[in-house]
Amino acid sequence: MSDTHAESVAFVRETALPPVPPPVAERGIYKWGRENLFATPLNALLTVAAIYVIYLVLAGTLPWILGGVWTTSSLAECREVLDGRSAACFSVLTDRWNQLLFGFKYPPELYWRPLLAFVLMFLAAAPVLFFDLPRKLLFFTGIYPFLAYWLIWGGTIWTPIVALLGFVVGYFVYEKLVHRSFATGFFGGVIAALAVWYVGGLAIPDLARITSGLRLEAVPSRDLGGFMLNMMLGVTCVSLSLPIGIALALGRQSSMPLIKWICVIFIEFIRGVPLITLLFVANVMLAYFFPPGSGVDLFLRVVIMITMFSSAYIAEVIRGGLAALPKGQYEAADSLGLDYPQAMRLIILPQALKISIPGIVNIAVGLFKDTTLVSIISMFDLVGMIRGPILASTDWNGVYWELLGFAALLFFIVCYGISQYSQWLERRLATDHR
Amino acid sequence: MTSLTDPQRGSFRLSSLLNDTRYRSMTLQVIAAVVLALTLGYLYSNLMANLQEQGLDISFDFLYSPAGYDINQTLIDYNSQSTNLRAAVVGVLNTLLVAFLACVTATVFGVIAGVLRLSKNWLVRKLMAFYVEIFRNIPVLIWIIIIFTIMTAVMPAPSAFRGDTPSSSMLFDLFAFTNRGVYVPGPYFTRGFGGEDGSWINWLLVIGVLVASLFATRAVSARANDKQAKTGVRPKTFWLNLAIWFVPVIVLLFALGLQWDIPELRGFNFGGGIKIGGPLIALWFALSIYTGAFIAENVRAGIQAVSRGQTEAASALGLRPRRVMNLVVLPQALRVIIPPLISQYLNITKNSSLAIAVGYADITATLGGITLNQTGRAIECVLLLMLFYLVISLCISAVMNVYNNAMKLKER
Repeated sequence: MSDTHAESVAFVRETALPPVPPPVAERGIYKWGRENLFATPLNALLTVAAIYVIYLVLAGTLPWILGGVWTTSSLAECREVLDGRSAACFSVLTDRWNQLLFGFKYPPELYWRPLLAFVLMFLAAAPVLFFDLPRKLLFFTGIYPFLAYWLIWGGTIWTPIVALLGFVVGYFVYEKLVHRSFATGFFGGVIAALAVWYVGGLAIPDLARITSGLRLEAVPSRDLGGFMLNMMLGVTCVSLSLPIGIALALGRQSSMPLIKWICVIFIEFIRGVPLITLLFVANVMLAYFFPPGSGVDLFLRVVIMITMFSSAYIAEVIRGGLAALPKGQYEAADSLGLDYPQAMRLIILPQALKISIPGIVNIAVGLFKDTTLVSIISMFDLVGMIRGPILASTDWNGVYWELLGFAALLFFIVCYGISQYSQWLERRLATDHR
Repeated sequence: MTSLTDPQRGSFRLSSLLNDTRYRSMTLQVIAAVVLALTLGYLYSNLMANLQEQGLDISFDFLYSPAGYDINQTLIDYNSQSTNLRAAVVGVLNTLLVAFLACVTATVFGVIAGVLRLSKNWLVRKLMAFYVEIFRNIPVLIWIIIIFTIMTAVMPAPSAFRGDTPSSSMLFDLFAFTNRGVYVPGPYFTRGFGGEDGSWINWLLVIGVLVASLFATRAVSARANDKQAKTGVRPKTFWLNLAIWFVPVIVLLFALGLQWDIPELRGFNFGGGIKIGGPLIALWFALSIYTGAFIAENVRAGIQAVSRGQTEAASALGLRPRRVMNLVVLPQALRVIIPPLISQYLNITKNSSLAIAVGYADITATLGGITLNQTGRAIECVLLLMLFYLVISLCISAVMNVYNNAMKLKER
C-alpha cells in the first residue's frame, strides 16, 4: 500500500479537471480529412488522382453548359451567337421541347390531355406507393387507367366506361360467388365481365351516336411519341405484368405438372431471348397471329410483347420471394384450415411480395430503360425522336450532346427516383427487429 | 361441428370436380390443356389464313440463296455472293466476338469499381458510387449511341493525319484513332507454318504452349504445397513460374518469326494493321462500362457478404493480410459473386443485339435485319434468331448450374 495520503502530502486535487477539447489534429475536418483522404501514401495518391479526374470532367463540361445558348432557332444561328466559342446549343431543347416530350405528330392543341393524364398519374399512384394516405383514394386508382386511356387516345367516352363496367360487374359476381369456392367466383366473374364487354361492344356505336357531346377528338396510336411514349409503355407494361408475373410464379410452384411446365417453358423462353427479338416479333410477326384484317396497331403489339417480357422476369423475382418464406408459413396456413387461394391471399403473398419489392423495382427500372429499344423498330420515342426527326432536320443536324445529354438526364431522374423510393419502402417495411 | 373431413368414397357429384381435392387438380389441368390447345389452334389457324391470304409459305430455302449485301467487319471470308446462311454465321461470330470482348472488359471495370467502392478513401468511394449510379440509371442504348457519336463525330478523319503539319498524330506511332475506326498493329509470322491461309495453325501452337505453361505452373505449386506440408517451409516459386510463363512462348514466337504490321497512311485511308470498326468499339465499350456498373455492385455485395469474423479469425491464425484475402475472403466472396456475374455475362450477350442501332453486323443485324428485310421471310428469320439466343442462354445456364453444384456448401 502506498504511504501517500491526504494528511501527508501538501496538495491533493479533490475535483476532476474540466474536460479539454481534443487536440486540433484529432477533431473536425482535419481528423476527418486525415482518416478519409490521406490515411496512407497510396490513399493520398488516390485522392489527388480523384481530384484531378473531377477537375478534368468539370473543366470540360461546366463552361460548355454554363455558356450554353437557349434562344436561337437553328444550329447555324446558334453558332453565330457563339462566335467560335465552344458551348452548348440548348436552344434545340427549347425549340423542339414539345417534340421531345410528345412526338411530332400529336396535335399541339391537345397537349393538355396527356399532361393532365401525367399529373393524375401521381394522384392515382400515391395511395399505392404510400400506405399512410386514405384508402378511399384507391377508388381513383381503379378508374385511372380508363380515364388515362380516354384522355390520351380520345374517342367516345363509352369505350372506357364499358371496359370499366365489365371489371365492376365481374368483381361483384366474384364477391357474390366466392363463398362457394374461389374457382367458382373467379370463373363466374370472368364470364360476367366477358358478357358485359360483348353486349357493351355492340351498344357502343349507338351510345356514341346519341351522346356525341361526350367525346374527345380521337388520336391514333401511331401519333404518340417522345418521352410520353416511354412513360406510357413503362407504366402500362409494369402494371400489367405484375398480376401476370404473380400468376406465373405461383404456376411455376404448382403441384400440377401441366400448369407447372407451361409456366416454366414460357418463363425460360422469354428470359432466354433479348427484348429486341421480341420487339421484332411485335413488329413483323405478331400480326400474322391475329385474325386476318383485324389490324391490331403497333403500340398494342409492342405492349403485349413487353408485358410478356417483363412478366417473365417479375415471375422469377416473386418465385425467389416465395422460396425465401419459411416452410412453417405454408404449414401454419394449412393448419388454420385455409384453402389454397385463401392461404396465398392472406398469408403467403403479402410476405413474399414484401421480400420481392427490391427485385420488382429493379425489373421496373430495367424495363423503363428498355422502352428506348422501341426506337429500333422505328417508333418515335424519346431516342427515336432524337435520332430521327430532330437530328435529321436541316436546322439541328449535328447537335448530338445536348440532345443525348437531355435524354440521359430524363431517364436518370426517373430511374434514380424509383430506386430511391424502393430503398425508402424497404426501410419502411422492415418489420424484423434489429 | 362435424369431425368427418374426408368425403365418403363413391359420393361423386358434378360439383366435386371443382370442390373435391381428389379431382380438383385433374379438372384444372384438363381445363388448362383445353384452353392451351384452343389458343394454339386459334393462333395457328390465324397464321395459316394470313399466310394464305398473302400468298406466303414457311420455307428455309432462302438461307441458301446469295445474300447480296456486304458486311464491313467479318471474321471469316464473306462477300456479297455468299449465302444468307454464311451471312448469319458471320453475324453469329461477330455477336460472340463482341460478347467475349465486353465480358472481359466489363469484369475488369466491375472488379476495380467494386473494390474501390469499399475503399477507405471517401472521395474515391463517392466517385465510384457516382459511376455506378450514372451508368445503372441511363439506358444502355443511349450509352451505345453516345459512344458511337464520339467515335464518328469527335475522332479526326484520316485526312487529318496527312501533310507536313497534321492536326492529328498517331499514338506512339502505333495506334491511329480515326472516325472510320481504330487501327492497331497486327501480328503476322514470317517463318510460320501453312503459308497464307494456314496461319491459324501458328496461333493454335501459341495457345497450346500457353496452356502447357498453365499446367506446368500448377504442377509447380502442387509440388510446393507438398513440400510445405512435409517440411513446413514453402519453397519460392515466383521466379520459376515467371520463367515457365514467358520463356517458352517467347522462344516459340521468335522461332515463328513474329512481326508487327504497323498501320500507316496510304492514300486517303490507313492501311496495314488491324482495323477495329467504330460500331464494334462503341458497342464493346458501352456494354463494358454499363455492365461494369452492375458487376461492381455484385462484387461489393460479395465482399461485404463475408462476415468480419472470418477476416478476424484468419488474422488470429497469424495469416498476413494478402493471404487473408487470397485464402479466406476471396474464396467465400467468389461463391456469392460468380452466379450473378455469369448472369451479367448472359445480359451482355443479349444486350449485344443492340448492335443493330449502330450498324455492327451481329446476328440481329444480319439475319434479323438485312436478310429479313430483303427476303421478307419474317417468321423464319425471327425464329432462327430466337433459337440462336436461346441456345446461348441455355449453354450459359448449364455452365452456371455446373458451377453452383460444384461450389455448393457441402453440409452433412
